[in-house]
This record gives sequence, C-alpha cells and structure tokens, in this order.
Amino acid sequence: MLEVRNIDVSYGDVQVIWDISFNVKQGEVVALIGANGAGKSTTLKTVSGLLRPRNGTIMFNNEDLGPVESFHRIERGMALCPEARRLFVEMTVEENLDMGSLRGDAKRKRAQTKEMVFALFPRLSERRKQLAGTLSGGEQQMVAIGRGLMSLPKLLMFDEPSLGLAPILVREIFDVIRKIRSEGATVLIVEQNVKQTLAIADRAYVLEHGKVSMQGTGKDLLSDPHVKTAYLGM
Amino acid sequence: MSSIQLEVLLQTLISGILLGGLYALIGIGMTIIMGVMKIINLAHGELMMVAMYIAYVLFSAFHIDPYLSILVAAPALFLLGVAIQKFLINPVLRVEAIIPENQVILTVGIGMVLANLATIIFQSDYRQTPVPYATKAWYLRDYWKDSPVDISLSLPWTVSFTVALLITAGLWFFLTRTDTGKSIRATAQDLDAAQLMGVNVQRMRVITFGIGSALVGTAGCLFIPIYYIYPDIGGQFTLISFVITILGGLGSTVGAIIGGLILGIFESLTATYIGMGWAPVGRFMIFVAVLIFIPGGVASLLRSRKLGK
Repeated sequence: MLEVRNIDVSYGDVQVIWDISFNVKQGEVVALIGANGAGKSTTLKTVSGLLRPRNGTIMFNNEDLGPVESFHRIERGMALCPEARRLFVEMTVEENLDMGSLRGDAKRKRAQTKEMVFALFPRLSERRKQLAGTLSGGEQQMVAIGRGLMSLPKLLMFDEPSLGLAPILVREIFDVIRKIRSEGATVLIVEQNVKQTLAIADRAYVLEHGKVSMQGTGKDLLSDPHVKTAYLGM
Repeated sequence: MSSIQLEVLLQTLISGILLGGLYALIGIGMTIIMGVMKIINLAHGELMMVAMYIAYVLFSAFHIDPYLSILVAAPALFLLGVAIQKFLINPVLRVEAIIPENQVILTVGIGMVLANLATIIFQSDYRQTPVPYATKAWYLRDYWKDSPVDISLSLPWTVSFTVALLITAGLWFFLTRTDTGKSIRATAQDLDAAQLMGVNVQRMRVITFGIGSALVGTAGCLFIPIYYIYPDIGGQFTLISFVITILGGLGSTVGAIIGGLILGIFESLTATYIGMGWAPVGRFMIFVAVLIFIPGGVASLLRSRKLGK
C-alpha cells in the first residue's frame, strides 16, 4: 500500500533522513520506533507531504506521490494524526471533525462518519459544542484521531499518539488503535513508547540517526537484545 | 446631571456606537487578513480610499447612490485584494529576505502607490457625494412627545451602521457555517494541520485577502455619504484599523468588533468633552494603554473567561 524508497530529507542544509526505505502492506500495523531526533516524525511529515524528500520516491497504492500536493493526499486515502495533536483549538469539537472531511467521498458521508466517531468516543459526543482547546489532553487526542477517521482513510498514520498522556489514557488510546485495526484499517505508527507499540505492531522499523538500523516483526524486536537495552531499559 | 447634560451624553454615546460599528467593519477586514497571513496589511486604509473613489465616480458620473455602489466596489476590491496577494505578496513571501517582515513593508509601498495614483487622477481636492438625505434625521420627540430628553438619529449614519451589522453577521455565518469559512479559520489557527486536512492554504490566503479588501471597501462606501475624501485619507484609516486590531487581539473577529465599538465610543466622548481635534490623541492613548495593560487585547480577556482562569 505504502512504499517508501530511499528517501533523503533535509531541513535547509541539514540532512536528517538518510536513505530510508520501508513499506506498509494492506491491513498491517507498522511501527517506526526510535529515540528523540532519530527522524521518525520527519519521515511521517515527508510521507504526508509537509516536507519534500530531496531524493527517493514515495508510492501510495501504486501512485507516485512526488507531484501530489500535500492537501490532495488526504483524498488519496492517507490521514495523519500529527504530533502534539495540532487541533484547531478555537474551533469546536464538531468543527474539528468537519475539517477532516472536506473533500470527496468523505464530505458526502460526513454525518454518517461523525456518528461512527461519536460511537467510538462517546465522551466527544457530550462535548461536541465545546472548544477543542478547552479539552483535556486525552480528549484532544481522541479529537485528533476522530478527525483523522473522518476522512475515511485507507492508511491512518499516528505521530506519537501517547505523548504527554497519563498511563491510563495511553492504554485507552492503544485500545482504540487496536479497534481501528480490527476494523480493517492499515496503520503506520511512530512512537517512543516502544513496548506498547511493538505489542500491537505486525512489523516495525528501528530508526537511529536518520537511518533504518533494524527491522522485523513486533515480537522479534521485543526480544532483541539491542532493542531491549536501548529502548526498553532491560 | 441636568437633562441637557444627559441629552449630550446619550447623543455622544449613540454617535460613538454608530461610528464604532463602521470602525468594526474596517477592523474585521484587517484582522482576518492578519489571522491567516500573519501580517499587518498597512495598505488597508488605502484600499478603503480606492473604494471611496469608486463610489465617488459612480455618484458624480452616473448619479448612483453610494450605498448601491457597494455592489460594484466590494467585488472590485475583492479582485484588487486577490491580485495584490497573488502577484505581489506571494512572490515576496517566497524570497528569503534580510528583513523578516518584508511583506509588511511591501504593503506600505502598495499603499503609497495607491495614494499617489489617486492624487494623479483626482488631484488632492476634498470631494464629497452630496446625497439628498445627508442631513435627514429621526428625532425621539417626534415619536414620544413627553420624552424627558430629545435624541436624534442621523439617517445616513443609521443606514451605514445597519449595513455594517448585516455584513458582519453575514461574515460570521460564512466563517462558522461553510466549509470554506471553516478552512479559513483553520488556516489561521494551524497552517500545517489545515494542509493535512486537505485545505489548499495558498488559495485560502488569496481568498482571505480578497475578503478583507472587500470588507474595507464596503466600509468605504458606507463612510462616503457621511464623510469626504481626499487621496491621503487612507493613512488615517490604516492607523484606525491597526489600533482596532491590536485592541481586539490580533486575528480575533469578535475582538475586532468590540475593539471597533470601544474606539468609536471613546473618540466620540473625546470629541464632545475635550474637542474634535483631540480624537486622534485619544486613539493613541488607547493604543498605548492596551499594549501596556492588556497586550493580548480584548480576545485574551474573552479567552481567559471561557477557560475559567
């Protein structure tokens, strides 16, 4: 479904991604894990088009995304729940959800999808008229995920969904990701919460200093001695 | 307080509110451009001047009522705003410049060019559109004979105020009820997230600049029956809208409405009780006081109440 081939990404003159390749197949949950500054978020930003790779190609459902503007990519079926949620804080919960369904099919099915999102997150239904900026961190993350779902994505990408949340909420968010996955969505997730992520991921790539240093199934990586010492503190 | 004093006070407050409604419309135009573009458009008043001259030409050549000329001036100003954004500001945004705010300086230049073009075409004379209803007014005593105070309501001022209110309401509807309006607000709040949601932020910038210009153009048409024009009138209104935008809290529409009303009432009070010439002084006293005491403007006060802090 998603095929990233040999991309290099730079901020100005500083190259942060070196020749990264990875792929996500239909129905999989794939994780990119790594420490701060390893290039995980940069990779997602590049896939979603906010950044442009200097070299390499990104294929999505056999289409080269090179010439596709970032604002057209959501229509192709990819949605990103960005790092730090990035909600429209002075808009209501409902308006935030509407923003996820501006184009095409998603727009026609807006009312229907919204009911589905409210069924998934009943708490948001109670707060639909509340400004997103007044919600708690966990609720904001739910809005961010809901907003992503509103576009009826084929591939849903999460950038650090557990960032800054209390442990109980982290578990709740991961439960939701499991649920989304069991309904057949394909998920690409970037996380520092390595243990929980590897537990739900079919496959994972370990990023170190802007390069892929390891890859394997979630289970294999969980028992890998390097991963254990470097990321799980065991 | 004697009834005469009360009458003067009430009359002053009413004039202030009527003026404030028009100021609000000018301020909203600047503030939505500010919100989306993150730049202060210092050619704002000059855009208003262009609309006023459009209304003036339509009136003196074709005897078209200034209020009707909104139908011509607003679309014309929309296109002018779109053109300025697309062909002048966008290219400058892409250039890496020594000065970080070079787009703002560009708008100053655009304002100067417009003002000087107007001087070349129309000379620097003061001009008016002498409409027959310019001095018509309603008096409270005509409707309520035994009223303790008599208050008058000028017809053109009232019409201008009402139209400004209607347009503000229409804009509010557009920004909160349509996808394009929501996309404009989303672009103002978080550019990257808006782009991820499929908003063409470049197009939103162009549309917003057009709308902001059309709003101030409409305000120009509403001002001209009760005011006069000369080519340099723009600078004064740029300053007024700048003060309103700061007073309201940069980028906040509700803040701009409240800011416009505050400024209108304050100027009206200064003009009555201190002297006409002192109104601009009052304007800048408010400006400085806001910067020192409520740097986030009215919007920050509203926000802290809503969040219960």
